[in-house]
Amino acid sequence: MSAEALLTWARGPAFDWALGIFVLGMLLRLFEVLSLGRSPDLAEGRGSGVQGGIRTILTRSLPRASVFAREPVRIINGYVFHIGFLLVLLFYGPHIELFQSKLGLGWPALPSGVIDGLGVITLLSLLLALVLRLTSPVLRYISTVSDYVAWAVTALPILTGYLAYNHLLLPYTNLLALHLLSIELLLLVAPFTKLTHMFSFVLSRWYQGYQAGHRGIES
Amino acid sequence: MSAPSVEKGIQFIREQIDAPVASFFSSCVHCGMCAEACLFYGQTGDPRYTPINKVEPMRRIWEREFTLWGRIKGLFGLSRKVTEKDFAEWETLVYDACSLCGRCSLVCPVGNDISGMIRKIREGFSAAGYAPEGLIGATTRAIEIGSPMGVKLPAVQAQIGHLKQDTGLEAPLDQAGAEYMVLLSSMEIMNFPEYMEAVARIMKQAGKTWTISSKAFEATNSGIQIGASDLARELVQRVVDAAEELGVKTVISPECGHAYTAIRWEGPNLIGRAYKFKVQHILEVLDEFRGQGLLKFEGKETAKMTFHDPCQLVRKGGVIKQPRTLLNLVADNFVEMTDHASMNWCCSGGGGVSANERADELKFKAFRQKKSQLDELQVDTLVTACANCRITLEEGLEEYEMDIPVVGLTEMLAEHLVEDKQEEQA
Amino acid sequence: MNDDKTLGEHLRERGISRRGFMKFCAVTASMMAMPPSMIPAIAAALENARRPSVIWLSFQECTGCTESLTRSHAPTVESLIFDYISLDYHHTLQAAAGDHAEAAREAAMKENWGKYLLIVDGSIPAKDGGVYSTIAGVTNLQMLQEVAEGAAAIVSVGTCAAFGGLPKANPNPTGAASVSELIKGKPIINVPGCPPIPIAITGVLAQYLTMGALPELDHLGRPMAFYGQNIHDRCYRRPFYERGQFAETFDDEGARKGWCLFKLGCKGPTTYNACATAKWNDGTSFPIEAGHGCIGCSEPNFWDAGGFYNALSVPTGNTAKTILGAAAAAAAAGVVIGAVNKRNKNKAAAAHEPLTVDELNRE
Repeated sequence: MSAEALLTWARGPAFDWALGIFVLGMLLRLFEVLSLGRSPDLAEGRGSGVQGGIRTILTRSLPRASVFAREPVRIINGYVFHIGFLLVLLFYGPHIELFQSKLGLGWPALPSGVIDGLGVITLLSLLLALVLRLTSPVLRYISTVSDYVAWAVTALPILTGYLAYNHLLLPYTNLLALHLLSIELLLLVAPFTKLTHMFSFVLSRWYQGYQAGHRGIES
Repeated sequence: MSAPSVEKGIQFIREQIDAPVASFFSSCVHCGMCAEACLFYGQTGDPRYTPINKVEPMRRIWEREFTLWGRIKGLFGLSRKVTEKDFAEWETLVYDACSLCGRCSLVCPVGNDISGMIRKIREGFSAAGYAPEGLIGATTRAIEIGSPMGVKLPAVQAQIGHLKQDTGLEAPLDQAGAEYMVLLSSMEIMNFPEYMEAVARIMKQAGKTWTISSKAFEATNSGIQIGASDLARELVQRVVDAAEELGVKTVISPECGHAYTAIRWEGPNLIGRAYKFKVQHILEVLDEFRGQGLLKFEGKETAKMTFHDPCQLVRKGGVIKQPRTLLNLVADNFVEMTDHASMNWCCSGGGGVSANERADELKFKAFRQKKSQLDELQVDTLVTACANCRITLEEGLEEYEMDIPVVGLTEMLAEHLVEDKQEEQA
Repeated sequence: MNDDKTLGEHLRERGISRRGFMKFCAVTASMMAMPPSMIPAIAAALENARRPSVIWLSFQECTGCTESLTRSHAPTVESLIFDYISLDYHHTLQAAAGDHAEAAREAAMKENWGKYLLIVDGSIPAKDGGVYSTIAGVTNLQMLQEVAEGAAAIVSVGTCAAFGGLPKANPNPTGAASVSELIKGKPIINVPGCPPIPIAITGVLAQYLTMGALPELDHLGRPMAFYGQNIHDRCYRRPFYERGQFAETFDDEGARKGWCLFKLGCKGPTTYNACATAKWNDGTSFPIEAGHGCIGCSEPNFWDAGGFYNALSVPTGNTAKTILGAAAAAAAAGVVIGAVNKRNKNKAAAAHEPLTVDELNRE
């Protein structure tokens, strides 16, 4: 297949299938989780479960000082990756055009050169995350193949995006096709790995937060 | 399936899997933060003690049976069923290396209640016959005798007698219509009789009626420590029946950690309905009386002291401010541990660990965390509000040759209580 | 028609000075990325070049390529070279018609067999035996095969001849094909564009006449001299792309300020052509400069590349439909799986045999 044809396919049916499977997989997981239900808490409460749930969804994004002191590098690296990834995804002009075109909603872009720099930082943080996962006794013990697959499918779009933006190694048409294909791989694989956390974290924080709010305990 | 068996264990775990559990497993990204919050991992460096690892058998059952992807993986032989070998391998992780302290739940970035899941998975282990001897014994005694330490009513009556004799204070048994029903932990009855005296004095000063039930005086609940809801339910039901029969307004949970969890939070859910009475920890009661002006205190302890927060009371119970408010009333030199209140560290003996002799060595290793907290502060006295914490702390301090007395907060408050002069006997 | 003057004599007759001629050779050398030392060789070769026979076959085309080539504003050396070649067959430019025209073609072929240059514009319908376009009763397909056989080299001018172009666009009812899809074993130079920039055509001809060999070609058979870089890399609006300043509509502030047209569908990044450097109308302007995004007209299948006004970063399918369809499927599957989950849990609860103390104590 020629590079042009591959690009057209990547922009066309490949994207539709990948996105379809992503939506299907993630929504299905939502049904699988919710269908198991949660018995109501019959103990007399002290406070509002709803407030606890919402509060926890927000506050769990911040680390506890005690744990931060033990693993500052790992924790900071987690922030760098997530923030970098989201900034690159949401504030690069051509990406915004994608959202605007499909959702009818657009917003201002960051200078593309800044995004390029953020992409590098994000890639480096991913590399560090991999090194930490391979060298920390806890992480090495609990990690599975799925963790490494998730890492790879997350790193590839950023790497190929960087290569495409900077016109490195291959003609731009090929690079753009690879970038889109790597995103499609990510979409395809995500529902079958821990990447489900990108949506389910709202549920898990809510559930514990709700119970905590009801009981009047910290969460 | 009436014998304990692996099949029954798996069945019980299946029952425990609900939407929260499913969301927790969906969200775990293997970040390892839970290990950093865990006492047992921190003091041993053994990665198997990573909290989320302790519930791996439950995760495997969830994935294989409650997710489409897991079912497909199972069809292609890409996942393993949970077997007897897993129960055997995980038993010490689930019981010896976890005190259900809940610190892991507090720090998980995606909000997973890991200690809640460990509580749940114990249901399967006890049903499969993979629970520690010590806990089995305690639970058996609790069900058959009425106390995990085998304490019977005569022992309670004896203590009531001593109280009357030494102080003239009454501890009424089975008083219908009393406002408060007081529960006692066997540990207190056996080792800390000062508690009953303290309660009697406080109640008298506050002018409140109270009673102890001869049928249900035991506060502790081995059922929730071993993870056997059927048995935990039976134990709670005794208290509920007695309280409702006597028509009391409030049941007071004593200075014990898991007893509070059992009666305050798990109880109604175990018996399937709300109580007809309130439940309060003794410290909540004390703080309420203080707030209403019913109690006054005088004199201050001058020794440098700190407070060990019992996990089930503070982090998991929500009784966070009261110990501090009360302690500050009677202590001049109260300093907080760096990790205090909801972030304090477990004494290392909670969640059934102290009843599990097999776990002694591990428990003493884990105690080094508490030791380091105390070394940092260099206090003269350690105050707490749980009898089990007290014993565990005392044993740990002895093991490491640290000379710090451990005191119960209620007892300390009673010593500083301003009491009205005794009325002339009629 | 046939003139025995050399190209040099022909140019001098037209008033091109030696200086102007040398200037042209220098420009040609630099365009072909040849070193300055080659200039005397180019000059000598051009000076003495004899008029080659060129047969121009027009198939499924719009004549835009010829228009582009012949619409120079002022006579250029390139156009004069074009005048110089012996264009023995060209539908638009030839004086003859009908049988006379075909006869002229056949005569030129016979006389110059193996040496004439074949230029093709327009795609070739290949479906149903090629009946969709015929000349004098002969299908384009057959005529191409016949003429190609005796050609020294073939130049496919315009995207239609090079890659299939417009007629090949979905659903391609005539089975339109490119020259290189149909002819094998002959040197083919693709000079795509819709239409190609005049200098690309004449530059290729000039080099062929000079060197008697094909220029360096890219993976799509296009001369690297004109198609070696993409528009994006040479676009004067690139700084706006870098700064993230894009026109959102054709008449907004960004458009008026000349910002990047990426969001309006510009295919500059994936299009290889000389528009941004050589430009059109003797260097006057090119589409982007005029405010319209590049449509990628020198690339294969540019008509079916997702739409001229869809940015490259936008998937071309109906995303809303995809999401809704997937969500519906998820809901259906979810209800079933949810019911199974609930049933399994309830089964476990119903089969619950309370744990007794005796059981606990049994080993």
